[in-house]
Amino acid sequence: MVLKGRWHKAAAALLGMALLVGGISCAQEEAAEGTPQSQIRGQIVIDGSSTVFPLSEAVADEFDKRYPGVKVLVGISGTGGGFKKFCQGETDISDASRPITEKEIEACKQKGIEFIELPVAFDALSVVVHPQNNWVTCITVEELRKMWEPAAQGVITRWNQVRPDWPDRPLRLYGAGTDSGTFDYFTEAIMGKEDASRGDYTASEDDNVLVQGVAGDVNSLGYFGLAYYLANKDRLKVLAIDGGQGCVEPSFETVNNGRYKPLSRPLFIYVNAEAAKRPEVQAFVRFYLANIGTLAPDVGYVPLPNKAYELAMLRWEQGKTGTLFHGVEPGLRVEDVLQREQ
Amino acid sequence: MRGEFRALSRRRGGKVGEVVAALLVRLAAGVGLVSLVLLLAVVARDGIDRLSWDFLTSFPSRFADKAGIRSALLGSIWVVSLTALISLPVGIAAAVYLEEFAPRNRFTRLLEANINNLAGVPSIIYGLLGLALFVRAMELGRSILAGALTLSLLVLPTVIATAREGLRTVPPHIREAALALGATRWQAVWHQVLPPALAPMMTGVILALSRAMGETAPLITIGALLFVPFDPKGPFDSFTVLPIQIFNWVSRPQPGFHEAAAAGIIVLLGALLCLNALAVGIRMWAERRRHW
Repeated sequence: MVLKGRWHKAAAALLGMALLVGGISCAQEEAAEGTPQSQIRGQIVIDGSSTVFPLSEAVADEFDKRYPGVKVLVGISGTGGGFKKFCQGETDISDASRPITEKEIEACKQKGIEFIELPVAFDALSVVVHPQNNWVTCITVEELRKMWEPAAQGVITRWNQVRPDWPDRPLRLYGAGTDSGTFDYFTEAIMGKEDASRGDYTASEDDNVLVQGVAGDVNSLGYFGLAYYLANKDRLKVLAIDGGQGCVEPSFETVNNGRYKPLSRPLFIYVNAEAAKRPEVQAFVRFYLANIGTLAPDVGYVPLPNKAYELAMLRWEQGKTGTLFHGVEPGLRVEDVLQREQ
Repeated sequence: MRGEFRALSRRRGGKVGEVVAALLVRLAAGVGLVSLVLLLAVVARDGIDRLSWDFLTSFPSRFADKAGIRSALLGSIWVVSLTALISLPVGIAAAVYLEEFAPRNRFTRLLEANINNLAGVPSIIYGLLGLALFVRAMELGRSILAGALTLSLLVLPTVIATAREGLRTVPPHIREAALALGATRWQAVWHQVLPPALAPMMTGVILALSRAMGETAPLITIGALLFVPFDPKGPFDSFTVLPIQIFNWVSRPQPGFHEAAAAGIIVLLGALLCLNALAVGIRMWAERRRHW
């Protein structure tokens, strides 16, 4: 086709622009940094929970320096969305902020996909109030339930309704939106039933919004990920939780040793058993389990006890497929669950 | 316009309604401007220190102060360029058919109603369509091409509508003159109607592409990733885009990532301004070429 008339140049320019982009990105190609330790090549695709993402990103980032021939890609389509792709065989590893469900196991089975389940770190929820709140430092699970259960809607609206010696002040609640994994986890741990919660509270899927809300309201109480409290310590007051064995404040130590209950849970990666035969996946998962203990605090997560990493590594090396954590009641120690199969 | 308005208000001077209406319309015009300026000010305050050449050329990192947007920026440029290459020819061709060739009958009206309705479909629906059609059925996987095709579908209704508006700005006598001189219908369209219509088309088309650049939901649905430690080199590579990266940084707990997000927003706004400047440039250039 002969391009007549100057206006055609506009179209040609657009086309050129697109081609140029390709050229630039090729020209910018650089030698990979770091010292190559291995000649392993390949690509690993990870997708799933955005809660687990910072962990997988940290590991992928470090792994890239040691194994420049392996490209590790990480996405954030949510735990459920991640399992959908995983059970279609589209991903090698699935990030999950909760154990795999019955339905998801079934979906994987139909496609003939087996998986190896590995816990990688802890996620903990913190219950926080305004720093000027001087009447509460510790709260029991029953009191949290009284505040948050569906029956409390429109009924429990003042602090002294929860505990009589608390002041007669309005109680304003801030919590996770119903689409977030944090919501599922809080309701499961406190109410004993997933998604059971009152609806008349300030809800957001973004924990940073909840931080703003609680920090700006003396009568507030809210819950969100521990990392968000740790990043905003000076603006918030964290509450100790009494789960039946005395008041325990959340910290790296109390989460790590399992004393902070029931608002801490393990996070997982699920590895496709077929993909696990590939050398690059083997190198990556070993690297993950060996280094996540030191990398997790960098991104605000609490490592598992060393014993749990040893047992997870054993499970990986033995190639044990299936789930151990599905249906496990909250509060059990990770290493005890892993020990069961040994 | 302004003069007429003033003259009118003087003639009916004293009426409270006039004053209130004048105030309200000014307020309405101000709302958009003020909120944009506020947004820019807040983002600039948080992000300007973080903006540097390193920020543009580094890959993402777990350390907020080392994280960069290289893969996201390149991914966005790739996806939007490919979207333009796909949606422009298809959209303009469809507009030419509907404006210049299609007979006025029930079928055409049905087609038009459908296209107009598609403009109102939530973007996540296009993501699901893209996942089923491009990623799975056509086996393109989670590639730049699958993303660009999905976004092309998303912007096509807008591109078609603005292209039709553009074609309508060409007065009918231009077509009639060409036909009278013995040109075929296609020759009239190609040589006489399309060139002057290009200028008014461009504004809308680039606005549609700006929208494509800001989309997150459909791309996450079709499997766009987030951590991509290499440069995309072809339409079949995996990718991430700026809005996904910004979204993730905003939701992280560490304040350092919020600064990185603000810097990312500045880059995204800069890219959008470049696109808009390109549109203005093309329009001015094409208007100068118009000989009637």
